Amino acid sequence: MADQATFAEQAMPLMASLYSAALRMTRNPSDAEDLVQETYLKAYRAFAGFEQGTNLKAWLYRILTNTFINIYRAKKRRPDETELDEVEDLYLYRRLGGIEAATLGRSAEDELMDMFTEAEIKTALEDLPEQFRMAVLLADVEGFSYKEIAEILDIPIGTVMSRLHRGRTGLQKRLYDFATTRGLADRPDPDPGGSAGHDVATPSRRTS
Amino acid sequence: MSDCNDALHELYEFIDGELTAERRALIEGHLHRCSPCLEAYDFHAELRIVVSQKCREEVPEALRRRIASALDAEPGGTAPA
Repeated sequence: MADQATFAEQAMPLMASLYSAALRMTRNPSDAEDLVQETYLKAYRAFAGFEQGTNLKAWLYRILTNTFINIYRAKKRRPDETELDEVEDLYLYRRLGGIEAATLGRSAEDELMDMFTEAEIKTALEDLPEQFRMAVLLADVEGFSYKEIAEILDIPIGTVMSRLHRGRTGLQKRLYDFATTRGLADRPDPDPGGSAGHDVATPSRRTS
Repeated sequence: MSDCNDALHELYEFIDGELTAERRALIEGHLHRCSPCLEAYDFHAELRIVVSQKCREEVPEALRRRIASALDAEPGGTAPA
């Protein structure tokens, strides 16, 4: 039975996850807060129509996504489907693979975890054009299946897969830019003064 | 050779858990025999974990309160929108 108490009990624990997604979508804390509040209000009002036992998180994300598209995209006029440069497969792996192999006794996960700051990962994701950013966010950060993403974004599964693929390689290209800027990876035209190390200058979070 | 191409072609679907059990088993077999492909798979699976872990945010307390009181102010809340 879908009532107020059930809503509070089931939907409130998902707020951190919705807020994280809202921040990546709006790229602005104040808009993200408004978006999450609006999402909760809409969900609360529509909760009688939610079928208990189905995926509440996916249902809330659909409301979040639609609200974002309606409110925030309308503000700056609908951006044309922005294109993303083609990036080859395994982009980052081919460039950073050597770094990992050279570091004995550490897993690739530890290496990558240390190599990029939170701000860099967030910026790389936020810099993706919206349609790619949404796909990567829903899959990589929230762990939704292709089918769930297709339903949340109301696009075919094949489109989910291609956006995800291009979004992920685009993200990798951006991360590689960060790595070369900080001298953690070679660039085609090496900077002779570039120092290596994991604790050198971390670029501050870009706000837009 | 073409095993590697096949394996890399399905890398994301494998990592995302979207392959059929049969395709998954075939790729797992290949990864057991082919360490370059295994390394590439690991790298991408781990990058996915890193992206996910570094994008977590704390909800501002003020927002929690704002939403709780906005919901409290709603009448009933169970009428269809």
